[in-house]
Amino acid sequence: MTRTLQIFKKELKDYFVSPIAYIVICIFLLISGWFFFSTFFIFNHANLRNFFNLLPLTYSFVIPAVTMRLFAEEIHSGSYEMLLTLPVKLSDIVLGKFLAGTVFAAIMLAPTLAYAVSISFIGDLDWGPVAGGYIGAVLLGAAYSAVGVFASSLTKNQIVAFITGMVICFALTLFDKVVFFFPPLVVDVFTYIAAGYHFENISKGILDTRDVLYFASMIFAFLYGAHLVMQEKR
Amino acid sequence: MIHVEKLTKFYGSFCAVDQIDLDISKGEITGLLGPNGAGKTTSLRMLTGYLVPTSGTIRIKGLSLDDDALAVKRLIGYLPESAPLYHNILVYDYLDYIAQVRGLSGRQKIGRIHELVDLCGLSGIMHKNIGELSKGLRQRVGLAHAMMGDPEILILDEPTSGLDPNQIVEIRDIIRAFAREKTIILSTHILSEAEATCDRIVIIDKGKIVADGSTESLKQGAGEERTIHLTLLNADFDAANRALGALDGVSRIERMDTPDSGELRLKIFAGGPDRLRERIYACVKQTDWIMVEFTQETKSLEKIFRDLTREV
Repeated sequence: MTRTLQIFKKELKDYFVSPIAYIVICIFLLISGWFFFSTFFIFNHANLRNFFNLLPLTYSFVIPAVTMRLFAEEIHSGSYEMLLTLPVKLSDIVLGKFLAGTVFAAIMLAPTLAYAVSISFIGDLDWGPVAGGYIGAVLLGAAYSAVGVFASSLTKNQIVAFITGMVICFALTLFDKVVFFFPPLVVDVFTYIAAGYHFENISKGILDTRDVLYFASMIFAFLYGAHLVMQEKR
Repeated sequence: MIHVEKLTKFYGSFCAVDQIDLDISKGEITGLLGPNGAGKTTSLRMLTGYLVPTSGTIRIKGLSLDDDALAVKRLIGYLPESAPLYHNILVYDYLDYIAQVRGLSGRQKIGRIHELVDLCGLSGIMHKNIGELSKGLRQRVGLAHAMMGDPEILILDEPTSGLDPNQIVEIRDIIRAFAREKTIILSTHILSEAEATCDRIVIIDKGKIVADGSTESLKQGAGEERTIHLTLLNADFDAANRALGALDGVSRIERMDTPDSGELRLKIFAGGPDRLRERIYACVKQTDWIMVEFTQETKSLEKIFRDLTREV
């Protein structure tokens, strides 16, 4: 566990010593802020629903961009060999990198709390869905980070890792929205797999264990996948 | 200390390491020699646990890499070829991170970092980005990385490749300073390097061990045929050829000098009984020739290496 935390700290610090972190955070805030506020005054509702509706889509390309380097860069430069021959377990490495991605996503989200606060001044904001939304956003960020870690473990090319991660994340986001013409059973299955669906549930302010369990199992599945891939490379 | 049995590694259908048996005892400095692609790096990577062998066993201090991977990794310090360190991190931060991962903290950690900074000569570059360092300096940081946990076994993959002669000497000195009481395995294809640093040399070719022993024993084992260089003044070739050629053990004499240099330089090829040099000296002593040069050429490590690893 201490090894996991050490790797986590190192990876998180890495984000902030290079310009990547700041660029990604700016892009994220610009996009989510623009799309949210450009229609906010037209709807004239004091809630963050539009912001959270859009979040899975923005996360789908922003988070893979954050996580693409986690394994791919190390495999490419060879530093992975030095890391793996230190007295650490592979699971420490995978978890440490995953946590760094997740915490980065949470840090990226933090400035948007200002939206909620400023809206609460101009209207009667219901804090329940907002809290639910943020809990859901952290879970979603964690799940997509796990996807990103998995995508990054597949290749030594960061661009390939980014595109792979983005494709999986977009699929998870949109599954429930594009399968309406299939038979009901298939729709149910796809809806259950879709991260977008579970995120919507939570962001309505309903914290259902089924949704939390979904995110936990997604995280586990993708991290285990990354672990298997890295194990296989030896 | 290190016990390797029937170690084999396949990459797909390509056999990189083929049934290697090796025993390395404590305190030995072993040089792994071989042409490029012979399987040196693959063997070292399996020893460090980075690669999993296709078959065969590795025991380090009686521990196996399958069951006690962490305990084994704690015993080993490893520097891969060309020191692939992180680029966007300061030297100090990097060493600090490695010390933490190695389980050091507080005063112990600071103390260890100070020791390594002195040993590896890093004091001037602690606040530089690793990506900005020259190759030799990066290699030194890599050595500090490998030595951080004060490991009992140090494994270095081509620690001096691509360095200039001054840097090679520096790296060699660092290794020597660390070497007391430690077991070191290093791979190289620079033969003089191996000869200067190692107690024992293992030559690998096409995944197999083709020679194993101290530098002296390798040279002796291979040296059936010896060559003696002899330079005489005041002598002519025919007479010398007749007198020396009659000695027991001389198989052939070749003339090496240019006709009007005033000296007679001979290359005597010898096989069979030893003590030939004494008889040559005695023979020359009976004449009025003046002996100005008299040396025996032992088979060099280079020649042994070429003989063993040449493409047939």
